[in-house]
Amino acid sequence: MTVKDISEALNLKVCSGHNGLDNEVTGGYTSDLLSDVMGNAPAGAVWITLQTHINTIAVASLKDLAAIILVKGLEPDANTADKSNEENIPILSTELQAFEISGRLYNLINKK
Amino acid sequence: MRVKADLHIHSVISPCADLEMSPVNIVNRALANNLQLIAIADHNSTLHGPLTKELAKRHGIHCLYGAEITSKEEIHCLCIVETENQRVALQDFIENNILKISNKPDVFGYQVVVNEQEEIIQEVDYYLHAALNKSINEVSEFLQSIQGIFIPAHVDRLKYSLTSQLGFIPPDLKFDALEISKNSKVSDFCSHNRIESSKTFIRNSDAHYIHQVGEIYTEYEINDISLAGLRDAFDKKNGAFVYPFQ
Repeated sequence: MTVKDISEALNLKVCSGHNGLDNEVTGGYTSDLLSDVMGNAPAGAVWITLQTHINTIAVASLKDLAAIILVKGLEPDANTADKSNEENIPILSTELQAFEISGRLYNLINKK
Repeated sequence: MRVKADLHIHSVISPCADLEMSPVNIVNRALANNLQLIAIADHNSTLHGPLTKELAKRHGIHCLYGAEITSKEEIHCLCIVETENQRVALQDFIENNILKISNKPDVFGYQVVVNEQEEIIQEVDYYLHAALNKSINEVSEFLQSIQGIFIPAHVDRLKYSLTSQLGFIPPDLKFDALEISKNSKVSDFCSHNRIESSKTFIRNSDAHYIHQVGEIYTEYEINDISLAGLRDAFDKKNGAFVYPFQ
């Protein structure tokens, strides 16, 4: 399953990093503490968070994450969006809160 | 001249600070501990600055205005200014951007402003520990815009710190110094966080109880006890510097 498949299935807005839409997704991780994500998120995961700071892209790149989903309609900061384009790590946005989008992503990934 | 300073002291207005933390008691304690320079840095408030400054002046202690701002990412930022105009600008920035949640004094503590006679003259009704809707970069930019000093607080701590919330120090973040707690060595922190040890580090008490005022401090070689003198020490200019510690 690719980031594009997920974004279409879950009706997500693609804010930036369009060149990374073919990244392969193998799981998910929900957390707002960047040090926690650095320590524990598995490679290939889609990261669900409310953090919009530019450091999110550095962490996603370091951990080979597939994409970031921002919750509650949040959008990336301008410099975060630029870095996302540079690193080909898409930032997606949903109006849902973390609990709801996590549940939907979990069901989607584990359906097959 | 060598100046002993504690730039991070909470007064009774901070919900988590002890009720004994009145400006009168803080100044007396600073005097007993030979502090020449202090800053009152309450959670998202500068309201105890003016009285503390007035009382400190009578004893020959220089007091700067400050606040410990909580950024959007829940990072505590020590923000220090000097003039009344700067203080008002800082207070306005906080009030215009803080998430206003009603305080529950029995849960979080009282948030009161007192006078010299320790009578309550004001109570802040929104919870002062809440976050502002401004990112740490925006808080830094605001302090630059009013010529204040911006210092990420207790950067080595596992909660409410730059490293706990953002994983590492953002390369583009502008700061005047970093505050480190007594629990960490500067050299260890720098090696774990890939930061040059040439950055300026300081230590403060972060006092919430009266006996803590001045218990942890930093010594500065400065020409003039003022915000400008302090900035020179952070920037190692005009012969000013921060005395090193481990």
